[in-house]
Amino acid sequence: MAEVVIVGGGPAGIRAASVLVEAGLRPVLVDEGRRAGGQGYRAPARNLDLDMKGLMGTEAAKYARLHGLFASLRERFDYRQGTLVWGIHEKTLHILADGIAGTMPYDALILATGATDRIMPLPGWTLPGVFTLGGAQVILKDQGCLIGNRIAFLGSSPLLLLAAFQYHKSGASIAAVVDTTPFSAKLTALRNLAASPRTLARGILYRAALRRAGIPVIEGATPLAIDGRERVEGVRIRYGRGRERFISCDAVAYGHGLKPETQLAELAGARFWFDPVFRLWLPETDADGRAGPDLYLAGDGMAIGGADAAEASGALAAHALLADRGRPSPGQEPARLRRQVGRLRRFQRGLAQAFAWPVAQAAALPDETIVCRCEAVTAGDIRAAIRAPLGPREVNRVKALTRCGMGRCQGRFCGPALQEIVAAACGEPVADVGRLRVQAPVKPIPLHAASELEQ
Amino acid sequence: MKMAQIVIVGGGLIGTWAAFFLVRRGLRVILIEKGVVGAQSSGVNFGNLRLQGRYPGQYPLSLRSQTIWEEITSLIGDSCEFERTGHLYVATNEAEREKLEQHARVAEGHGLVIERIGRSELRRRWPWLGEGLQAATYSVRDATANPRVVSPAVARAAQRLGAEIVEHACVTRVRRNGGGFAVETDTGLVVSCASVVNAAGAWALSLAEAFGETAPMFAAGPPQFVTEPIPYRVVPSVQAVSGSVIFRQIPRGNVIFAGYPRTAADPVLNRAPVPPQKTLNGMRNLVRIAPFLKSAQVIRVWSGIEGYLPDMLPVIGESATAPGLFHAFGFCGHGFQVGPGVGAVLADLIADGSTDTPIEAFSIGRFRKEVQVSDKLAHEFDAPASSGREE
Amino acid sequence: MADQALDGTSKGQFVRVAARRGASLHLTVDGDPVEAVEGDSLLAVLLLNGRAVRHLEFGGEPRAGFCLMGACQDCWVWLSAGERVRACTTPAADGMAVWTDPERSGVHG
Repeated sequence: MAEVVIVGGGPAGIRAASVLVEAGLRPVLVDEGRRAGGQGYRAPARNLDLDMKGLMGTEAAKYARLHGLFASLRERFDYRQGTLVWGIHEKTLHILADGIAGTMPYDALILATGATDRIMPLPGWTLPGVFTLGGAQVILKDQGCLIGNRIAFLGSSPLLLLAAFQYHKSGASIAAVVDTTPFSAKLTALRNLAASPRTLARGILYRAALRRAGIPVIEGATPLAIDGRERVEGVRIRYGRGRERFISCDAVAYGHGLKPETQLAELAGARFWFDPVFRLWLPETDADGRAGPDLYLAGDGMAIGGADAAEASGALAAHALLADRGRPSPGQEPARLRRQVGRLRRFQRGLAQAFAWPVAQAAALPDETIVCRCEAVTAGDIRAAIRAPLGPREVNRVKALTRCGMGRCQGRFCGPALQEIVAAACGEPVADVGRLRVQAPVKPIPLHAASELEQ
Repeated sequence: MKMAQIVIVGGGLIGTWAAFFLVRRGLRVILIEKGVVGAQSSGVNFGNLRLQGRYPGQYPLSLRSQTIWEEITSLIGDSCEFERTGHLYVATNEAEREKLEQHARVAEGHGLVIERIGRSELRRRWPWLGEGLQAATYSVRDATANPRVVSPAVARAAQRLGAEIVEHACVTRVRRNGGGFAVETDTGLVVSCASVVNAAGAWALSLAEAFGETAPMFAAGPPQFVTEPIPYRVVPSVQAVSGSVIFRQIPRGNVIFAGYPRTAADPVLNRAPVPPQKTLNGMRNLVRIAPFLKSAQVIRVWSGIEGYLPDMLPVIGESATAPGLFHAFGFCGHGFQVGPGVGAVLADLIADGSTDTPIEAFSIGRFRKEVQVSDKLAHEFDAPASSGREE
Repeated sequence: MADQALDGTSKGQFVRVAARRGASLHLTVDGDPVEAVEGDSLLAVLLLNGRAVRHLEFGGEPRAGFCLMGACQDCWVWLSAGERVRACTTPAADGMAVWTDPERSGVHG
């Protein structure tokens, strides 16, 4: 019987596992986390007094259903929690669990590796007290904590209002919600957003609720800097007709939407294409998530689609895998899922156009701004390297010469801004300046992990 | 058609240093590189400027090269992170210690100062070394530099002196043209010249073969990795005689590792894979030799496309079939240290017609007869019979 | 949902808004005793009680994590035998001795 491995314990991975289990397979589900749910659907600890229904609102039912599904299937697949996949080579996963390296050969692989926040560097963004929007939500759901005493929410995407609203409901003191997207941009993309009226309505409700509570919601603002000596003391913005404002706060939740974690897809052999709407390099797949022989991708780790699309695409990838192994799923389910995923991903593309990644901010970054937070490489360092004779005109070369992207996170957080800064400095389209190549280990692994191996 | 006295094919360490020394002699040089300078093994090698343990016949070249490294800042205006770190060659048993002694005697014969270090002195001076080490030799003149920045820095220096550096142009054909050559590229650039330097690394054979010469070169690269930055403790570059571990720590704190066996690389597809098992083996070997690193974390692996020859010696010298064509390739993973020296020797050969530095042992003509296959082939590469899986 | 932080003003960056019921854990951070509850992540413990989890190797600026989900790798700390743990994905354990400075963790010789 073929060994089918699913990497990722979020909604996409859980749904994929459920389809495979119903078809009589016993897949392995490898989860870096200790509890299933991924990031967005994190299962809070049982001993935490958190009002999940209050926090998640209409999503709470879906959330409960997914965790219920996981629990009901638990005995029918091989769940490997706390297990990192750090490399892939010749159809074998290289894993790390409890500090010991191991291998897991597979016949077919479904990658459902999720996403993380996309960040545009800003002067002061590395100060203690600045966290990602996604992170701010995770620490609330997972640990019952707020990121600070007085919090500014900054960036773009529906996550901004959602996170601010969740914090507001949890009793946070919110200094302001600063949206870099002008209201007009949202209006012009309304046609696509209207495809999912519920999401649109929710956004409007959150904004109204926040304003009613006296929280300033400022749109079309340009963040200038996060100020503070040893930690966040405030955010400086420009808005309206050149007005500047200092917002006093001790924490900032910051982000511009999500970007897929595609490192394992790359190691597994997926090809990549540049998506001009998201301005990101994404893995090439067909409509069902096929990315190569015996390789399937699902969820936000393949393309940002949100939790519903993650669930549907996880199921879809599993159906595709079964069909490819001579066991096509009867009925209309795959076709229905395909339509649902298509619709939700189109909606996300509309969102990406509305809540635009602030490209111009990259070119305008002051030279002293840190771009690579791991290695402390500044925008000025990058530009100086490019300007030198025989200077680099491609991101991997920039990395080799400036160290940008060479740190522990291996370019996860500086990558998107790096490509914009390089494109601006070279006068080239961003699609033409390359993408950072991935190598194992996709996350840091300790030297001692190898020492328990047999000779 | 452009004119130059010399066309250099290949913009790695060899090509850029050759360009620098030739243009300093007042010669008109055009360097043509298919990608960007120093992007291949020249830019991703371990960074050792090692003097211990070299092929005895290479010492004059190597020492000449080290002198150039030691003056690099005044020569090209960039230190390239050159550091006289010293090199510790370590042995885990008596047989290895014997080997160290042999290497030491050869090196001393060429004027190097080599210290023999016994077990207790080893523990006293370098307390972070593991228990299993019996002895070591220490060479104070050995050094390290950052390979990523060297070729571009040397190329810029050559440019400032008047050399023309052409990137993103692949040489497609070199043919005789009167007493000289015509070099054609895939961008339409054609250059007529008196001499050609073949510094095309793992891609050098097609040019040699166009003139009826060849060498049994194959491409491979050592598995390498780097750790996160940790507090700076290790000054010298450290190498096990067995080759299982070579490591150094840079002042920023990262520890860089290289080891054997090397993996076959593909110059056509431009791939230099690192099988994860080799990374794990390297991690284990490194912890044995430096136990204090056990909790340090590997953050990235890489390898390079290096040209190897069965006797583990490079090809350096004038073509035996085409006067005016000079070969300098196949450095078997030890080209970083000799790069500047090779560039200077090429300048001697082209400008003066001869060089004082002995290079006869590296002639391409040696492959017309059987060469002595180095025993390193058995120990430092994947076994040819295996499918690429090692151990 | 609590309207205010349960323990009044937070002495750290983070503010607890949901009570956690469970076993009390006793840890030390840079030698100082700190209390936590079973289920707390190490990062939560560090930031409920302080403002930084490490100092950048290059220049020493303080860092307090960033993504809170194991992606940015900016919250790695040391335990007493020199082990490295990523604070946001590591549960706090009773008796843990956490160091935010490698030189003080005593492992490097």
